[in-house]
Amino acid sequence: MSDQSLEISLRVNSQEVNAQVPVRMHLAEFLRESMDLTGSHLGCEYGACGACQVHVDGLLVRGCLTLAVQAQGKHVETVEGLTEKGVLRELQNAFLQHNAFQCGFCSSGMLITALEITNHYPNADREQIRDLISGNYCRCTGYQSIVDAIESVLKDQRLRNQLSAPKAQSEMGVDK
Amino acid sequence: MKNEDFKYIKATSLEEVFALQAKYGENAQILAGGQSLIPMINLRMTSPATLIDISGLQDLKGITHQHSPGRVAIGALTTHAQILNSKTVTEHVPLLAQAVPHVAHLAIRNSGTIGGSLALADPAAEYPCVALALNAQVVLKRKGGERRVSAEEFFQGLYKTAIEPGEVLTAVEFLEVAQNQRTFFTELARRKGDYALVGLAINLTLQGSVISSARLAFMALEDRPVLAKQAMKSLVGQSFNSTTPHLSANVSDALRKDISPWGDLQVTGETKSHLAGVILGRALFEMAVQNV
Repeated sequence: MSDQSLEISLRVNSQEVNAQVPVRMHLAEFLRESMDLTGSHLGCEYGACGACQVHVDGLLVRGCLTLAVQAQGKHVETVEGLTEKGVLRELQNAFLQHNAFQCGFCSSGMLITALEITNHYPNADREQIRDLISGNYCRCTGYQSIVDAIESVLKDQRLRNQLSAPKAQSEMGVDK
Repeated sequence: MKNEDFKYIKATSLEEVFALQAKYGENAQILAGGQSLIPMINLRMTSPATLIDISGLQDLKGITHQHSPGRVAIGALTTHAQILNSKTVTEHVPLLAQAVPHVAHLAIRNSGTIGGSLALADPAAEYPCVALALNAQVVLKRKGGERRVSAEEFFQGLYKTAIEPGEVLTAVEFLEVAQNQRTFFTELARRKGDYALVGLAINLTLQGSVISSARLAFMALEDRPVLAKQAMKSLVGQSFNSTTPHLSANVSDALRKDISPWGDLQVTGETKSHLAGVILGRALFEMAVQNV
């Protein structure tokens, strides 16, 4: 066996990082074990549960299905970094209010998917929200409260947009 | 780390990939988007000694529309998300556009590629089924040459394709949809984005309101996507507008003879056989309604 490792340099949240990583280590494990960023959770490690999701160059990806070496030269943002930036604040408040956090294991991945929905599917209805979060397992809530939380943020977002641009024709189509 | 160790090489050109394939032979596997290969490695269902990462090859990315003959070429490394957001695909290969939302989930669609899915040839995957319904051409390159293989020849069995050692799947080409062509994709899955219990891609050509040719490609029934040839024949000559929610008896009888589904962890082969008829009936009804 090769026991090969490679030197990578990347940006994790706001930090420039150089690290020597075994080639077989996946990104979520690198973040947890080498960077001490334990917000990305490891549930299944084969792409089914969604708890390990992060952004790579702004795109939502599964941390367990990306090798750490593939993040060479990229900007990785974790739930910690996105929280610090403040972009998750409204969703986090809504999750608290609607009791959408229970054990919390799925929450980091679920919040990042929810962010994808509020950013790109502003008109999603409940059924569409359910479809869009179908790549994230939650074993506590039965999803009801999570859908409630995301729906409430979308409603507030639409209301704000209406108030700030009463006459502008909205282009908020569900981009599907 | 759950996976076995491997050697990792990031290729910078197709020439380098050919050289690496020649050097490492059968023990090397190509890594594209990794959304099927990495899970299989994590689960130790496969343990390639060497991974050749082709994800940096720009030439294998993107969607191009060519005229006369009108066709759409999609680079192997084009992601599901890029296909989903492509106006060219929506306009000229609507069947593919209709199928992509069924491919996996948001995060997977940002990384997974069409070339990876075709090369893997999972019998329950959407792209192979769509490629078969449209008889797409798969482009295979090797050192010093290339060839095109039609989807009918390309899928040869469970995870088995026409790709020969030393070849790389670089693109897939679809003829653009014709005026008198009608296509439709549907599938049944327990949860949106999961592997389908059964899926169907339909490609009809009309003369007026009469079906002059039909291709029905089913997925998740057998070891590869399959054409329901008897059912296709029995649809020819039927008036499209009169299609009812209930399949005509001769089409559903023909379909039963065409397919011999395997059971899986979720349902028996018999149930799949029944469901295949159900979605064909629904799909034809839906298409007829849209056609009015």
